[in-house]
Amino acid sequence: MTDQITGAQSLVRALEAVGVEVVFGIPGGAILPAYDPLFDSTKLRHVLVRHEQGAGHAATGYAQATGRVGVCMATSGPGATNLVTPIADAWMDSVPIVAITGQVPSAAIGSDAFQEADICGITMPITKHNWLVQRADDIPRVIAEAFHVASTGRPGPVLVDITKDALTASTTFRWPVEMDLPGYHPVTKPHGKQVREAARLMVEAKRPVLYVGGGILKAHASDELRQLAELTGIPVVTTLMARGAFPDSHPLHMGMPGMHGGVGAVAALQKADLLVALGSRFDDRVTGKLDTFAPDAAIVHVDIDPAEISKNRVADVPIVGDAKETLTELITAVQAEHANGHTGDYEAWWRQLDGWRKTYPLGFEQPADGLLAPQYAIERIGTLTGPDAIYVAGVGQHQMWASQFIRYEHPYTWLNSGGLGTMGYAVPAAMGAKLGMPDKIVWCIDGDGCFQMTNQELATCVMDKIPIKVAVINNGSLGMVRQWQTLFYGQRYSNTDLKRGARPVPDFVKLADAYGCVGLRCDNAGDVDSVIEKALAINDVPVLVDFVVSPDAMVWPMVPAGTSNSDIRIARDTAPDWDRED
Amino acid sequence: MSRHTLSVLVENKPGVLARVAALFSRRGFNIESLAVGPTEHPDVSRMTIVVNVEESPLEQVTKQLNKLVNVIKIVELESSASVQRELLLVKVKADLATRSHVLETVQLFRAKVVDVAPDAVTIEATGSSDKLDAFLRVLETFGVRELVQSGMVAVGRGPRSITDRTLRPVDRPPAERTA
Repeated sequence: MTDQITGAQSLVRALEAVGVEVVFGIPGGAILPAYDPLFDSTKLRHVLVRHEQGAGHAATGYAQATGRVGVCMATSGPGATNLVTPIADAWMDSVPIVAITGQVPSAAIGSDAFQEADICGITMPITKHNWLVQRADDIPRVIAEAFHVASTGRPGPVLVDITKDALTASTTFRWPVEMDLPGYHPVTKPHGKQVREAARLMVEAKRPVLYVGGGILKAHASDELRQLAELTGIPVVTTLMARGAFPDSHPLHMGMPGMHGGVGAVAALQKADLLVALGSRFDDRVTGKLDTFAPDAAIVHVDIDPAEISKNRVADVPIVGDAKETLTELITAVQAEHANGHTGDYEAWWRQLDGWRKTYPLGFEQPADGLLAPQYAIERIGTLTGPDAIYVAGVGQHQMWASQFIRYEHPYTWLNSGGLGTMGYAVPAAMGAKLGMPDKIVWCIDGDGCFQMTNQELATCVMDKIPIKVAVINNGSLGMVRQWQTLFYGQRYSNTDLKRGARPVPDFVKLADAYGCVGLRCDNAGDVDSVIEKALAINDVPVLVDFVVSPDAMVWPMVPAGTSNSDIRIARDTAPDWDRED
Repeated sequence: MSRHTLSVLVENKPGVLARVAALFSRRGFNIESLAVGPTEHPDVSRMTIVVNVEESPLEQVTKQLNKLVNVIKIVELESSASVQRELLLVKVKADLATRSHVLETVQLFRAKVVDVAPDAVTIEATGSSDKLDAFLRVLETFGVRELVQSGMVAVGRGPRSITDRTLRPVDRPPAERTA
C-alpha cells in the first residue's frame, strides 16, 4: 500500500486499524482536516457531543464499561483545554483513554496563534504520556504507541496533539507499524518468592483482610479474586473504585471501607493483623489519618505500578505485577501451604466481623422534614432494576448513597469518579457506557448540582439515540458541601443553595422535555416504585426522573477528613463500640 | 537529608527535560543540580541530577521517574564509586598588585586562566563541588566579579557502562489490537 493519502486519512485509518469503534468529539479549525475523512469512515462512529468535557467523560465511561480504550477528539486551544478535566479524571482513576487534539500549524507554534494552547505542556502531569506530532509520516506509529501505552501496565489517559499541517500533508500509510518505546516496559509477572511469602503470611495471620481496589477490575481479575477469597476464607472489602469486583451478596464480603464506608469494613481494616492490598493505593479517603490506619497490620501490597507500593504505607511484602497473574500464582501458593497442612484459622476473627456486621448494618432514617429520603429512592432503583444494569454516579452525597444502597453483583456495573471527584462526570460517562454496552440498562444517578454541569449531553443522547436513564437526586443544594457545613461550619450554608425559595431552578422535568427526553417527577415515597417502573418501561429515548428529596439527609457512617478511622461516626455524635463483647 | 546523584538515561527528544523537571517540582523535590548532554548513542541523552532527600522519598522519585515513557534507565551513583565533576568559570579582580597572588591560587587548584584583562582574569576550573567551593572561598578574597557554574556530571568508576544493556529493541509485537 503506497497510495499517497493525507495525514488526516492516515489518522482515520490508524484508528480503524487499532480497532476503534466510536470517537466522542467536536470539530473545530485545527482538527477539521481529520473530520473530513472521518465523515466517510464506515468503521468509526463519531458522536458529536455538546462540550468537550462530555467527550472526555464519555470516552471514560465507555472504557470503564467495556474494558476497551475510549477515544475523544477536539480541536486546538479551548477544545483541547476543555478536555483537561476529563483527562485528569481518567488519570486519577487509571482509565485508558486516548485524546486526539488538533494543533495550530507547526510554523505557528509558539506565536500565540488563534486557538493555540500548549496542550502537551498542560496535560503533562495528568497523562501517562503525550505526543506532539508534526509530521504526517509519524501518525500511524504514534497512534499505535498511544493505544499501547494507554491500555497496558497501569492504564491511563494519553494525548496525541497533531498539527494542522501534519494532517494536511501527503503521506503513505503502513500498518502494522513498529513502535519506538525504549523506556516503556511495564512489569506484569510477579516475583515468585514474594508471592510465596504473601501466601505464608495469609495462612499464619489471625485477622487478615483482602483490601481490594480498582486494579482488580482493570486486570479483569474478579474470578481469581473470588477463588482466592473462597480458598482462604479471608474477608474482602471493596473500595469505591472496586464496587462490583466481588459480589455484595457473598458471605465473605464485608462491604466498602473509607470515609463513608460501612462500620464492618472500616473496623475490619483497623483491627486487621494482615492487609493484602490488591490493586488499591491506600488513598486518604480509605485510610483516614494515615499514621493511625490499620496500626497492627502487616502489609502485602500487590500493584502493577511500582510507584504505588510503599508510597503511603510501607509494604512488608511488595509485589509488582498484574493482579490477574499475581492472584493466579497466589492461589497456587496458598494451595501449596494448605497441602503442607498450613491453613488459616480465622474463626475468632469471623466471630468479631459478624458481630460488627450484625450490630452496625448500613441504614438510614426518614428525614424529619417528611420529604422523600434520597437513600430510599436510590435503593429502590437498584432493587427494581437489578444487578445486571450499569449504575453511573456523579460526585457527592448521591454517589455515596449509590455506592452504599445499590447491591453490586458483577464487575463493571458501577462507574464513578473516585480519585478526582469530578462533578459533571455522570451524564456523559453514562452516555459512553450505554454506547459501549447497548444491551444494558444504564442508570445515571446524579445530584442536581452535578447534573447542571454537563446536562447538555442529554441533547447528544437524544440525537444519537442513546437511551440512558437519569435519576436526579434533587435536594436543591450542593448536598455534600452542605453536609460539611452542617457538621463543621455551624450550619452556615454559604453558597450551597440551588433553589429560589421552594422553587427548583430549573424545572428538570421541563428541561428533559425541552431536550426531547421523557421527564418524570417523584416527590414522595409512595410513588417511587411506580415512577421507576415507568422509567424502566421507556427504552427508545432518554428518561429523566426528578426525585425531589430532603435536603437534610446525610451520608453516614462518616470518618471526618483528617481523623482516624477509629473515630468513625455512625450518626452525628454517635460512634460505634467495636470492642464491645457480645 | 542527604545528597544523591542520579544518572538518568533518556530518549533524545524535545520536551524530555521539561517532563523530568516538572515531575520533580510536582512531587515536591528540589533539584540541587541538573546537567544534560549527549551520550555515545545519538538517540540517548544523559541527565545527571543531584537531589537532597531522605532515602524513602528518593525511592519514590526514582519510581516516578521510571514511569516517564521517555526515561530509559536510572542509576544512582555513589560518590565513592564514581567520578563527579563540575565546571566553573569565574571572573576575578586582578590588577598589577594582586595578579600574581591570583595566578598562584590558580596553580594550587590546578585551574586555568582562559582570559586576561588589565584588571581581571577569567578562570576555568573543574572538580568536585567540595574542591570548587574551597577554590571559590580563596578567590573571594580577591573579589569575584562574575561567576557561572555547571551542574554536576558523573560517571561510575571501573570498566562497565550504564548504557550497555539498555538499548534493546522493543521486544513486543508491533501495534497489537488494543482498542
